[in-house]
Amino acid sequence: MQVSREELLHIANLADLKLKDEEIDTYLTHLEEILNYANIVNSAPIEGLEETIGMNDNENVFRKDEVVPSYKREELLQNAPEEQSGMFKIPKVMN
Amino acid sequence: MEIYELTVHELLEKLDKKEITKKQILDSYASRISEKEKDVQAFITITDDNLEEKLNNVSSNPSKFAGLPIGIKDNICTKGVKTTCASKMLENFVSPYDATVMEKINAEGLISLGKLNMDEFAMGGSTEHSYFKKTRNPWNLNKVPGGSSGGSAAAVASGMVPWALGSDTGGSIREPASFCGIVGLKPTYGLVSRYGLVAFASSLDQIGTLTKDVEDTAILLNIIAGHDSKDTTSINHEKEDYTLALKDDVKGLKIGVPIEYFGEGIDKEVREAINKVIEKYKELGATVEECSLNVAEYALATYYIIACAEASSNLGRFDGIRYGYRSKNYENLKDIYKNSRSEGFGSEVKRRIILGTYVLSSGYYDAYYKKAQQVRTLVKKEFAKNFEKYDVILAPTAPNVAFDIGSKIDNPLQMYLSDICTVPVNIAGLPGINVPCGLNNEGMPIGFQLIGKPFDESTIIRAAYTYEKNTNFRKNKPEFKK
Repeated sequence: MQVSREELLHIANLADLKLKDEEIDTYLTHLEEILNYANIVNSAPIEGLEETIGMNDNENVFRKDEVVPSYKREELLQNAPEEQSGMFKIPKVMN
Repeated sequence: MEIYELTVHELLEKLDKKEITKKQILDSYASRISEKEKDVQAFITITDDNLEEKLNNVSSNPSKFAGLPIGIKDNICTKGVKTTCASKMLENFVSPYDATVMEKINAEGLISLGKLNMDEFAMGGSTEHSYFKKTRNPWNLNKVPGGSSGGSAAAVASGMVPWALGSDTGGSIREPASFCGIVGLKPTYGLVSRYGLVAFASSLDQIGTLTKDVEDTAILLNIIAGHDSKDTTSINHEKEDYTLALKDDVKGLKIGVPIEYFGEGIDKEVREAINKVIEKYKELGATVEECSLNVAEYALATYYIIACAEASSNLGRFDGIRYGYRSKNYENLKDIYKNSRSEGFGSEVKRRIILGTYVLSSGYYDAYYKKAQQVRTLVKKEFAKNFEKYDVILAPTAPNVAFDIGSKIDNPLQMYLSDICTVPVNIAGLPGINVPCGLNNEGMPIGFQLIGKPFDESTIIRAAYTYEKNTNFRKNKPEFKK
């Protein structure tokens, strides 16, 4: 499995990651090695088998739509890198 | 025997006979931490301050466990105490709530002595991928303790906590338990609530126990198991008392031993040790037969596809906005996301996010992710077929004993291959337990694993307990070799 530099950078961009130049070559090598190994799944005897998505048979787990006490705003904001007036602060999004 | 060497059930017996007090127990562990932590480096956050006050606070709690210590892996949310996931990303994160397992631990009045080291976001098999420190194996300080729950395993093995909670996504409880010579249980998927466990791969993650012996495993599992409406994948399974499974009896028990687990990739001394385990079980009256479970390699490849895919999605939440690390270097919102993630995550986490994004991206989804989901069905079926004939499956826990610190860190694929024995159990959502069964010629522990049917923890606990009762691993003690 050959992965190109451009492809790696595209994938990193999709994942919101910036790679340093010295990281790129290492990741390319590792990614290729791992993908070559992972290719085994393509020789597995899986014809006609369904996909397993969840680990158990739970589906559509409902609960009553009731109002219950939630967390306090201050508690949830205590980990925010920046906050203002009880809200998360981010840079300007629109010009 | 020193207090810190005792199991929890032994502590309870001594308390019952009034031979020791809870204060003495806490003091014994606290002084053990101050003596050994500098060598072992198992903790990220130590909370052994004000123990007398903490003991007073639980004095009216009727639970027999009230006031006994425990250690918690640092990816389990603890209100008011940092939960870092061993990552720069969460270096200063203090959870505003307790994980469901912590509510259960607190309801029993157990006192946490601290948060234990791990591979960053539980990604790794050696605890070398922690942002903060490398934990050392108490049997030989130059070796890894295993991972990702390496801090939990090393803390229990070195007597700094009597028992601990960990999490297991692809072997992260069983492998370090094996490397550190203790008992580690990964319960059936859905038996223990994952609410408040920082998500790595949601369809595989499961919280479990690391203890000195099997009896303590049953006791701690009793405390943490149970349905939770806050975790929609948790199962409404009838509450069981796992201590009822503590019977010294395997007569008639049918054990399958997959021949595929004894190939070239498995260390010779490990194979020999497991063969002795098989002889022991036969001697004790179990029926042991060779069987076939030809899925290990497929399962490992599948694991790295699915776990990374899920991780790439789960870790999308770390964006530098609501909590976690925010880069100082930004001009716009996109910069915050990118720079915070690039600076906040370590190299292994980034590698797995990239791999996960790759297998989910258009053009590769069908070739990798979809196939992997089908292989998962294959693995489940293969196990189910074997469980028609056998009550439990026995295999090595790891292909090798604990390796030297640094020896695999630059070769991720080599590191991933160490998970080959443990991963199929997570892929199929089954329970698995590591039981120590000897030391190799260098004095490093070897473990074997018993795998059970879904929600049949009782049978693997009984089989593990019987082996333990009829052997004497605990006479060996870690030597903190330098």
